[in-house]
Amino acid sequence: MSSEKPTGNLLTPTRRGLLVGAATLSATAMLPQFARADVPPTSAVNTTGLAVTDTEVTVGILHSVTGTMAISETGSVEAEKLAIEQINAQGGVLGRKIKFIQEDGASDWPTFAEKAKKLLVQDKCAAVMGCWTSASRKAVLPVFEQYNGMLYYPTFYEGLEQSKNVIYTGQEATQQILAGLNWVEKEKGAKTFYLLGSDYIWPRTSNKIARKHIENVLKLKVVGEEYFPLGSTQFNSVINKMKLVKPDVIYAIIVGGSNVAFYKQLKAAGIDLNKQTLMTISVTEDEILGIGGENIVGAYACMKYFQSLDNPNNKAFVPAFKKMWGENTVIGDVTQAAYLGPWLWKLTAEKAGSFDIDKIAAASPGVEFKGAPEGYVRIHENHHLWSKTRVGRARDDGQYDVIYETAELMEPDPFPKGYQ
Amino acid sequence: MFGYSLGELGSILVMQGFSGLILFSVYLLMALGLAIIFGQMGVINMAHGEFMILGAYMTYFCSHLFQSHLPTLYAGYFFVAMIVAFIVSGAAGLFVEWALIQRLYKRPLDTLLATWGLSLIMQQAFRSGFGAREVGVELPPWMMGSLQVTDTIEVQINGLFVMGLTLLITAGVALLLFKSRWGLQVRSVVANRTMAGAVGIDTRRIDRFTFGLGCGIAGIAGSAFTMIGSTGPTAGQLYIVDTFLVVVFGGAQSLLGTIASAFTISQSQSTLEFFLTGSMAKVLTLLIVIGILMLRPQGLFALKVRR
Repeated sequence: MSSEKPTGNLLTPTRRGLLVGAATLSATAMLPQFARADVPPTSAVNTTGLAVTDTEVTVGILHSVTGTMAISETGSVEAEKLAIEQINAQGGVLGRKIKFIQEDGASDWPTFAEKAKKLLVQDKCAAVMGCWTSASRKAVLPVFEQYNGMLYYPTFYEGLEQSKNVIYTGQEATQQILAGLNWVEKEKGAKTFYLLGSDYIWPRTSNKIARKHIENVLKLKVVGEEYFPLGSTQFNSVINKMKLVKPDVIYAIIVGGSNVAFYKQLKAAGIDLNKQTLMTISVTEDEILGIGGENIVGAYACMKYFQSLDNPNNKAFVPAFKKMWGENTVIGDVTQAAYLGPWLWKLTAEKAGSFDIDKIAAASPGVEFKGAPEGYVRIHENHHLWSKTRVGRARDDGQYDVIYETAELMEPDPFPKGYQ
Repeated sequence: MFGYSLGELGSILVMQGFSGLILFSVYLLMALGLAIIFGQMGVINMAHGEFMILGAYMTYFCSHLFQSHLPTLYAGYFFVAMIVAFIVSGAAGLFVEWALIQRLYKRPLDTLLATWGLSLIMQQAFRSGFGAREVGVELPPWMMGSLQVTDTIEVQINGLFVMGLTLLITAGVALLLFKSRWGLQVRSVVANRTMAGAVGIDTRRIDRFTFGLGCGIAGIAGSAFTMIGSTGPTAGQLYIVDTFLVVVFGGAQSLLGTIASAFTISQSQSTLEFFLTGSMAKVLTLLIVIGILMLRPQGLFALKVRR
């Protein structure tokens, strides 16, 4: 990971992003005065009537803090607030402090759409960090396209989407799946796979991609594929079935409360994940809090970020996060991706020299963020991120040991040919 | 199904039968509290799941208390936790009955709305009190894992535990209903509320105790389910649908009906799940239930009740 900061460039405006995380505190003292010196006039950076003044720029945060999804979205809200605070401590964006307006999507998709409209039409937000489930993103997408807003969406998701008005800071499905399957084939000599998932679009699409990759590319066998209604809490039957079929790899994309039930019952049924290979793309450090580390120890997760990642950016990010939100908080993959949103927007605005949505959308491809806790990311033409895929092995304390990462950044491919 | 040895198939049959029984116990334990409240008072407690989660949070609370203050007794904390869960959920139930339900007896449909509102309030209270994220309840080591009966047959310890617990509580409720003075009064209120009142039974008091007891049992169920499921502000919602299904299918006023219904639903669910997939099993189970309810709208077993 190349996250060393070229110190000679520290003070040029477009390079300010390099400071992120690692050197935030040390550098903040001198930056504001510097930034004041060349604040571009509001008329130049805002030609479309966004909420930008000479000293402030307004962004929106749109997540569920009540309802079912609050469980998952809390981390994203926390990460976005941290990023905004850090950016402000460094002097803000184009010399303006970020002010945020937070709205609650309340785990209800129409509410998301309504609040998105409020943030764009009434509050004139220059950017919105938000949404978590695909359903909420699909609900707000027409709003962002109609009123020309900019959404930074943090969750890894099934792909099959691309919009001028959205930057996807999480992985699309192929980025999360393919490298992990290759790894498990090579390292574990896996021949047979049993695919499991909760019954909705993300697990189904992801398993479809996984199956195509297993059968067509790796030339291996899928011996079972099953889905469970969201919220299902009984897995004994499928566990018995797997005991009979004995797959080399259990590939699990189970989400929410079901997750907890699944791993607890797996353990109770005497399946030791140190011996039975299990790979998941739906369990981050956040989920392990509910599952209990002792119930999932030994499982492999395929993500782009783990809290235990060993690089200078992450070593600054984790303590900063804990300082703001408490020693006991954990940081999962999506939380990190949410942290990227405000930074990428800041870097893009500085590259474009403007807050105008059209200019931001056009300037986004190629924007790189070297201060990302995951290492280094760059925005692709298709508004997704180039990022590495990593495999972690669950420890009993709820953290992952990172045991593999792809050598190269994985190209985002939201419409993968041959996988649909 | 083929290509396996007879021995393997035999073991799977045993284990599958066992997981059906576990599911049965889980369903029964979930439904008991709701069934006695609905049976006696005609009140559908939409907040039933939240009372369960209250019990689950009490278990979480106890596990932490024991870990930090009484580590030597940690192995047995679960029993204390269940008692605490019963008391806290039961007390909450008594309070709710006093503050809310008793004012709505003449408007049974409104209790539906009121308890649903209550469930939302409780969810948000959990979220504010314990955080939006799920909490992991740690179990003492002896409760995890499985007993190796033969080489290929393994029996889950927590499953056995839930089964034992369900048996105990069902027996307890049956004893209370059919052998105690309180049970006699409850049954007479169910049979004819006005007449029971006329012969001097304090129906209000009976109602309050029933509601408290129902909620208390929900608390115990919630506490036990920390072994198999998740504990979070909205986890109660995961159980509520199945719970209703069991109660309605069984016939609202009958303990035996609840047991029979839990057995039917769990066995069909777990057998179908083995031969089909999880989602399809659910669909078919629901279809079967709907079919039977069309033929017998009163449920499997219905008491003769004078209205």
